[in-house]
Order: sequence, then C-alpha cells, then structure tokens
Amino acid sequence: MTAPTEQLLGHVVGFVRRLRDEGIVVTPGQTATFARALGEISIFDPVVFFHAAQSSLVTRREDQAKFAEVFRKFWQNLGLERFPAELLNQTPLPPKKETKARPGEVGREPRSSQPPSKEPQPIVDRALTFSETEVLKQKRFDQMSEQELEAARKLLYNFVWSPPERRTRRLQASGKEQLDLRRSFRRSLRHQGELVLLEQRARKQKPRPIVALADVSGSMERYARMLLHFLHAFSLEQTRQGVRQIETFTFGTRLTRITRTLKKRSVDAALSEVGQQVKDWSGGTRIGACLHTFNHTWAKRVLGRGAIVLVISDGWDQGEPELLAFEMERLQKSCHRLIWLNPLIGTPGYQPLTRGLVAAMPFIDDFLPIHNLSSLEMLVEALEGLGRHPNALR
Amino acid sequence: MFPTSVEETQKALEAHHYIADKGLSVAVFLALKLRRPLLLEGEPGVGKTEIVKVLAQMLGTRLIRLQCYEGLDISSAVYEWDYARQMMQIRLLEATGERDQDKVRHEVFSLEFLLKRPLLQALQSQDGQAPVLLIDELDRADEEFEAFLLEFLSDWQITVPEVGTLKAEQPPVVVITSNRTREIHDALKRRCMYYWIDYPSFDKEYRIVREKVPGVPEKLAQQAVAFVQELRKQDLYKAPGVAETLDWASSLLALGQTELSGEVVEETLGVLLKYQDDVVKAKNQARDLLARAQMFPAL
Repeated sequence: MTAPTEQLLGHVVGFVRRLRDEGIVVTPGQTATFARALGEISIFDPVVFFHAAQSSLVTRREDQAKFAEVFRKFWQNLGLERFPAELLNQTPLPPKKETKARPGEVGREPRSSQPPSKEPQPIVDRALTFSETEVLKQKRFDQMSEQELEAARKLLYNFVWSPPERRTRRLQASGKEQLDLRRSFRRSLRHQGELVLLEQRARKQKPRPIVALADVSGSMERYARMLLHFLHAFSLEQTRQGVRQIETFTFGTRLTRITRTLKKRSVDAALSEVGQQVKDWSGGTRIGACLHTFNHTWAKRVLGRGAIVLVISDGWDQGEPELLAFEMERLQKSCHRLIWLNPLIGTPGYQPLTRGLVAAMPFIDDFLPIHNLSSLEMLVEALEGLGRHPNALR
Repeated sequence: MFPTSVEETQKALEAHHYIADKGLSVAVFLALKLRRPLLLEGEPGVGKTEIVKVLAQMLGTRLIRLQCYEGLDISSAVYEWDYARQMMQIRLLEATGERDQDKVRHEVFSLEFLLKRPLLQALQSQDGQAPVLLIDELDRADEEFEAFLLEFLSDWQITVPEVGTLKAEQPPVVVITSNRTREIHDALKRRCMYYWIDYPSFDKEYRIVREKVPGVPEKLAQQAVAFVQELRKQDLYKAPGVAETLDWASSLLALGQTELSGEVVEETLGVLLKYQDDVVKAKNQARDLLARAQMFPAL
C-alpha cells in the first residue's frame, strides 16, 4: 500500500474539521492515526474506507450515527467516492437523546445562575442579614418572587457539605485493616530482614455517585430547578476536587439525560434546552414509563458503584400504578439508597394518597420535603448521614 | 500469521471459526498494523472475549488475560515480590555470615524473586513473538487502574524500583473489552481503535450456530436463530447474546429436537434469558414469537 496523497490528506483534515463542527471531538492524534490507516487499506473499497475512518476517529457509540451522516455528506459532496446509503447505516441507533453542545456556543450562553449584571437588584447585591436569610430559608419556593429565587440560588452555592462516601475495594497505605506485606518487607530490610514493624493498609473511601431524576412537568418545574441548581453547585465544588459523580435526568412524559448539557451550561440554559426538546411540556407525567426507560438503558451504566438516587416529583402519575411499583422496586434494588423528594410534604395536613405515590411508597427509603431552603438543608444532612454507615455493602 | 490486508484478516478469523463483519475486520487489521490497542464494546455475549482468543491462535502466539475488578492494584496486575522465598534467602545469607547489606539487597531483589503478573508478562516476547494481551471488562476496574494503564499503553515499560525499568522488546497486541457499566475515560479511548460489536444479523448468527454447534439440524438452527432474533426485539431487561443462542442450540440438540415446538421453547427459555421477569414475559409471548420464527423463509 502507498502513502496517501497530499490531496487526500487535505480532505481528511477538512473532514475532521467538519466532524468537530458537528460536535464530535477528534484529537490530532486520532487524525494522524486515520491518516496512517489510509496508507494500509484499499481506499477504493467504500466499506473498508468508512470503517477505517470510524474506528480511528469515533470512540463513542452515540456518535456513530452522526458520524455516518457527516461522512456521507462530506465524501459525497467531494464526488470522490460513491457511498451507498445502506452500507453506512449498518448500525441503526435509537433516536438521539442529547442535543450536541457546540463548544463555540458555550461562552455566549447567558449565565442566569449568577445575578444579572446590567441592572443590579437590591436584594441580590447586598449581603443578606441573618434574619433575612432565616426568613428566606423558610419561604416556599413557589411563593418567592424572582429576586428572592435569585437570592436563594445564591445561597445554594454557599452550602458546604461533604458527600456520603463508600468504601471501595482499593487498598491504600493509610489506615489499619489488613497487613501490607510489600511495605512491611521493604521496611524490614533496614533491620537486616527483621520484621520490626508491620505496615497496614485499609480500604479507600470515595464519594458515592448521585443520580437525580427530576420531574419537570408543570407544577414541579420550579422545585426541580432548585434541586438542579443545588446539585449543580455541589458538582462545581466536586469538580474542583477532581471528581464528578453526578448524573442528571429529567422526566415528564419521557426521560432525558442532561448530564452532558449541565457540564457545559448553566442550569437554566440546560433546562430551557430540555424544554425545547420535550414537545408536550405540560402533558402530564408518566413516572412508571420513564423509570422503565431508566432501568433498561441507564441503570447498569450509572448505578454501578453504590449510587444514591434522588427522585423529585409530587407523584401525580398518569400511568399505571402497577408499572410504577414494579420499576420502583427494581430501582430500589439496584441502588444504595432511594430518596423521594416531594414539595407537597411542606403543605400542612398533606398526606401522600395519590395512586402513584401509594404504589411507589413501599420502595422509597427516605421521603423528604423540598419546598424551601431549609428542607434542602435537611436533604444535605440526610445525604451526609448516609456516609456514616461504615459497613454498607452497596 | 500476520495478515497483510483487511480481506486476509477476515479470512484468517473465519478459518479459526470466528465470523467477523467487515467493520470488525478493518478495526482488527488496523490495530495490528498500526500497533494500537483495540477497544471493543458491546452487549454481553456478542463475542468480545472470543475474538481475542481467536486472534492469539491466528497469530500463533500466547494469550495473556487480565480480568479487571474494582481495586485491581499493581501487585495483582503488574508484579509482586515472593516474600516467603525472600525471607528464606535472607535467613540463608545470615547463616553463611553475610553482613554486606548491599549484597543482601542485591541478592534478595533479583528477578528470581519477582512474581510476574499479566502486564509484566505481556512485555516479554517468546520466540520473537509478542503475546496478545486481553484486558477484560475494563469498566469494572476503577479510575486509578485506568490511569496506570494509560501510562503503560504509551510507554510499553514498567519500572520496578528495586530492579529498574523493564521494557518490551516489541509491544504486545492489546485488546480491551468493556460492557459499559461505566464510561471509559476519553484519554484512554482515544489511544485505541474502537469498535462496537452489535448483535449479529440473522444470516451471520445462523452461520455462527452452524459453525459452533456441529450436528445441529439445518431447520432447527434456522428456527432457533429466527426465534432469538425475534426475542431481541422484545422489551427485555437483558436480551440474549450470541453465547446464549449457542447454548440454546446445543441444549436443543442434546434434547434430540429436530424442530422448535412451543413446549420445548417454554421448558428451555431459562437457557436464553437470565432474569425471571424476562422469562415470564417471553413465556406469555412464546407462541406468537414461535409462529413468527416458524414462518421464517428457508435460506
């Protein structure tokens, strides 16, 4: 085989650029691999050419459909090859769940989680006094004015809390659980091979993954938004420590994963993006069906390491209660702790009697309110408390 | 043998009873040729581990397997000192009156007392042939191990403080598999050739069954494969993989069947499905699925 021609390499670079425009991340190293691959294969066999490109440049299955589309358009436009459509569509993918985030757009997104800079609003700009904070903490989110919500959000970003942890199976040098022969032995050499001191090691602790499933239909939206702000603030803090263990999904009539969107954008921008995706925004809630999707598609991928699941919903479910109960049971069995957050608990005299909640209740580990800031503080306490069971298995 | 083209790769795999798509053949060929690790993802039971065994046979070299799990550390993945024998050696040296510390250290930390684990073994060629290294189910390992692997895969060397740096004469052929219970870090993925192994088409799966279960009647094989293909379209918690199809075909053969019947299907569903809920669901639909499978036109 011969080295690819300069002209072909030019096209390769152009193609990679197009991929990047479409949101598929390709490193220069991968481009080089592809270029080298071209020297090894018969480039006139369209199938081989396509697969060489795909296996060099794509590392995520979710990107494969997009890749095939860009590939077809690009090389067809060049008129270099004829690529029959059926060859490129060998792996049909489920409809795309996430919209791509173009890096270029991120900077332009309005950061609504921060106070607007143009016209400063008094309550945001001056520091809250103690009593004002106390009043704000007790006020229900749905009774807050826009300014108060803004101030509440600001307070969220000041929460300091340590995430619940789990014992991993990795051993580290600190702690005393079992004998560390390697270190003991090395140390013994200082004493002519006499084991004077036995070194020990212990299991390492790591923060548990947190998976949030937020009901964004109608009345729930405001509370879900607060919870997401809260988790967003927390994950910012976590990212600073080099870990990121939060997965976020929204549901109404269908489940949407917004983890990736949240990484790049503010909560409000992410939610409005979700709002555009979900066509029947206030079309009711099908919790059971959404949990079904979650259990099937995502549970194995995000609940693996003793995750804590937060479901935020008022439990108004239009689906079948049997399905909801079935999926709740499965969900509870596959996570460490299943916490249901319900803003209505804050209403005096409230009893969880809706069909959906009655069905789900037996499988909920904690049933907590989420109607004001102080209930969010309660949630923090509950989460921190989860880490104190040193012998938890999952 | 070392294939020189995509077609040759595909043929060689087939000669060793592995039926590969063209896409997979391209990825395997390029991984070999460009000396890149090959990252294979896909549902359990689609033949990720199998192809690595075949690859080793095809290249006529040995296969070294590292099964990943959480907490996998250097002492089980790379090397460990044989402490018991080292201790004995020290006592022996003592008995001979050896007092020179440097000499003791030199003797005790020689390669003789080094227990080589898979990654270190993979650096050693035999008869000029680099081995095939299978890093199985990397998603089960934790980030710490992944970070270590990243370094290993770029330098092909391992440093043992007491001995020095051990470098590969020639890098091994590395295949990494993942079931996606966790996302593999992007940095690692980008070093690899990537291929997603899908469930096979009817034709391909039929060929696999005929290849792997000798003696299975043609009609039975067709119907069994058609049934499994239908089953995969259902909303199941865990759809059957190719491995399950093969087990099932063998079971049907062992039961002396020549054709699928509703009764036998119900009795043997447990071979295909591994969750009770799925079995119940499939039982309810078995007749329907069977009818569709039996209608399947002969090849």
